[in-house]
Amino acid sequence: MCRLALKTANEPFSPYEVLTAMEAMQEGYDGSGLGLLLRGIEFEDFRYNPLFPILSGIAHTEKAWHRVTEYMESRGYELKYDHRFAMKPELIDADDRFRYFMRAYRMPKEFRDRSHNERESELLRTRLALRKLGRDEDKVTVFSFYPDVAMIKEVGWPLQIGDALCLHDGQIKSRVCMAQGRQNTNYGINLYACHPFFIQGIATMTNGENTAFVPIRDWLEGTKFPGYVGYQSDSEVFTHILHYTLKKLNLPLQAYKHIITPLSTSELDRHPQGEFLRGLRQVCRRLIIDGPNAVIGTLADETCLLVMDQKKLRPAMVGGRDGVWAIASEVCGVDALVPDRDQALDFQPMREHTVIIPPHRKELEIWSQHDPLPLPLAA
Amino acid sequence: MVPARSLAVTPGSLTTTDFPWIIEHREERCTLCGHCTAVCPKGAIRLAHLRQRLPKLELFSNKRGSEYRTFTGIRQETDPAKLCIGCGMCAMVCPNEAIGPVAGTNENRTVFFDNRKGEPLKRGGRRNVSGPTLLDRMLFTRISMLTDPALDAGRHEFSTTTTIGRILSPEAFLERTLRGEWIPPTRDIFPFVIGSMSFGALSPNMWLGLLQGVAYCNEVLGLPVVMCTGEGGCPPWVLRSPYLKYIVLQIASGYFGWDEIIRAIPEMQCEPAAIEIKYGQGAKPGDGGLLMWFKVSKLIARLRGVPEGVDLPSPPVHQTLYSIEESVMKMIQTMSMAFGHKVPVYPKISASTSAKAVLNNLVRNPYAAGLMIDGIDGGTGAAYNVSMDATGHPIASCVRDCYLDLTAQGKQNEIPIFAAGGIGKNGNVAQNGMAMIMLGASAVHIGKYVMQAAAGCLGNEKNRCNVCNLGICPKGITSQNAKLYRRLDPDKVAERLAETFMSINTEMKKIMAPLGRSQSLPIGMSDAIGIADKAAAERLQISYVC
Ligand code: SF4
Ligand code: SF4
Repeated sequence: MCRLALKTANEPFSPYEVLTAMEAMQEGYDGSGLGLLLRGIEFEDFRYNPLFPILSGIAHTEKAWHRVTEYMESRGYELKYDHRFAMKPELIDADDRFRYFMRAYRMPKEFRDRSHNERESELLRTRLALRKLGRDEDKVTVFSFYPDVAMIKEVGWPLQIGDALCLHDGQIKSRVCMAQGRQNTNYGINLYACHPFFIQGIATMTNGENTAFVPIRDWLEGTKFPGYVGYQSDSEVFTHILHYTLKKLNLPLQAYKHIITPLSTSELDRHPQGEFLRGLRQVCRRLIIDGPNAVIGTLADETCLLVMDQKKLRPAMVGGRDGVWAIASEVCGVDALVPDRDQALDFQPMREHTVIIPPHRKELEIWSQHDPLPLPLAA
Repeated sequence: MVPARSLAVTPGSLTTTDFPWIIEHREERCTLCGHCTAVCPKGAIRLAHLRQRLPKLELFSNKRGSEYRTFTGIRQETDPAKLCIGCGMCAMVCPNEAIGPVAGTNENRTVFFDNRKGEPLKRGGRRNVSGPTLLDRMLFTRISMLTDPALDAGRHEFSTTTTIGRILSPEAFLERTLRGEWIPPTRDIFPFVIGSMSFGALSPNMWLGLLQGVAYCNEVLGLPVVMCTGEGGCPPWVLRSPYLKYIVLQIASGYFGWDEIIRAIPEMQCEPAAIEIKYGQGAKPGDGGLLMWFKVSKLIARLRGVPEGVDLPSPPVHQTLYSIEESVMKMIQTMSMAFGHKVPVYPKISASTSAKAVLNNLVRNPYAAGLMIDGIDGGTGAAYNVSMDATGHPIASCVRDCYLDLTAQGKQNEIPIFAAGGIGKNGNVAQNGMAMIMLGASAVHIGKYVMQAAAGCLGNEKNRCNVCNLGICPKGITSQNAKLYRRLDPDKVAERLAETFMSINTEMKKIMAPLGRSQSLPIGMSDAIGIADKAAAERLQISYVC
């Protein structure tokens, strides 16, 4: 079982805060890895324009590093900012980490006036091309390439990794931070297997085991969408299903829950849009997840969400106050992230709930699968 | 030694030890009640009058020394036409445990006489190969151990249904919903379907019992079990009853029974579950259906619209059409239209190396609701032995290839594949079925297993019984002779059917729970299965375990 923590606040904060809060839940992970995702980013030494895509990843050798730099130039990206971590490499177990990069670029000229979709798909293609750039001996790992999103993944204890990258120095702050302390379940330790997973502005991380992984993966790969690749972890499909729901099917966020854990036939019989949802369940049958899971996600507009598996076999908790909210696997995680809140308003979602923290962060939206779906088409 | 001429030895002269089944009769227990000879479906035993010489030594008399005793006993016939089939009915009815068949250990000489009158052996049953099947050897190996809590097969809620019918891509579904366009019909069904066995192949009591059991499963147990009629129509009262929704109507190349069905359409209270168009069958690929004259009773004749007492061989192909592609396309469209596009219509073919070609045609046909593939181990009521034993393709690799082909096209959710042929051959019905599902089938059809479990069919793969074609079924399952089928109580069949499906449902959960699956049927979950056979594992793209 992994441990998850998410904090979202109007005032940017340091990711180190989230790492310290994770310590409260430390018996839940085995030090096999940490994943961090930041949104709403501020750099201490640079006025970042949130339209610039940020490339995050690791160049494992100097050669690999040059290859990345050259590739980005040749593709027409203009480097605007290159964040340098004040490193303590001795705290990192692995020895092939030439450079952690977090670089802001300006889009190539020809893309500046293109539609949002075209720009997004260019960013995705670039990220995938960079992933392929690495060789066996000169590896490149790329986590994300998207405006206002930065990611770090590393093998080891979360706090130790934070110290290694000096995340406490206040150089980077963000309004949203997702963190996962990994406990290795299925597959070998691999940087790409660390949560959160990211695709075109959408990110999720999961605590659990997705037992329906193989059939879901097979189906997603069958869509031939270029971004549906990777799958070093069974949880990566959660991100891709969310992406598919929002971007390919153009359905509202609430439909996600109906796709991954649809209601039973008898429940649908009583639902105002039962017929539509029954159809949706059938056409998306291969995307039904299984096993114990708590899925935490964030979207490009800084919306945060939390959903559970159909039987609620995993714990997860949300709490906070106007302007600052936290989601964590355990209540002690929420306590550490937002201590000064009214605990009576904490919420543990049940199997039918989707908890949404909207970008304004004033209050939680708790939406149940039994509620009507906010969907003109299904009415 | 006596010259051979003086003995009545013909090429067909055999002794009982040459037979596959030898009757053991214990004279000292027999009271000569005659039950066994009366019940024997083959006339394989007879009451024999025998004479015994009792030699007597009389030294001081000039009389001849022997006396004779006559007595009656039960003896086995040695005419190959009256071969004992090992059904054991004689043992079942004997009040004194005086008689019963035992398997002959000598090599079976009678096979050389399975061609009397120039006719090769025809029989019922399935491929006579016994022992564990490939499916029996599959293990569910991906046990979800790392993440507690595990599922509880007894207490948690499981979704064990599957879909029959064409499923749209999510994009097409949303677009058509938005525009209010036609969405292909689908049904949620239990993934173990009672495979096509016709009213004609089965006795009226068997058919009624199955129907009753199916209705009970649906209406009382909440298990949406459906059954397929096979070729030969459906009793008119069923067509006009609310039970029609549990029935898949089959149309095959003889079109038997379809006059009645078409006439009933305006009066139907509900739609049938689906329409199955039979192009082929696993037990006898390339051969049409066959109902031999013994079984064409008055009732069957009326139902099928034919004269009484004639052989009813269906042609191997649907005669009216040119190519299978065209045939499949047109027939599916026509049948779909006949039922107002509200009933799923799918073809049934025999497993073969060309199944993928048929499947790819279906992918392009928007009315095709699935593909049913029947493998070499499928059962039948009547077929040539050579077709059954040696013609056809095993089901597992055929379905797996088709599924992987669909997966490569991203269409695996759109065209469900149904698999049949040997599911439950050795009794492991849930295990076999779930292994097929994990290889990629959306559901499986079971026929012979249902006869065995619900009605006590005696047939097996050592060629026991298997006389379903002759209308002499000793259990009354496949006979149209009222004297025989009255032996079968439809209520008892219904009860057994319900028990069978309840237990399949529980076993499915027992298989799914340790895999961590409960939300949907693990179709194509090939990471969950393994087999201790390298070649099979490689061929099926599953893991090799040892
Ligand atoms: S086993 Fe069956 S066929 Fe053989 S003698 Fe007994 S009743 Fe007749
Ligand atoms: S018991 Fe009846 S159905 Fe079973 S094999 Fe014998 S004849 Fe066929």
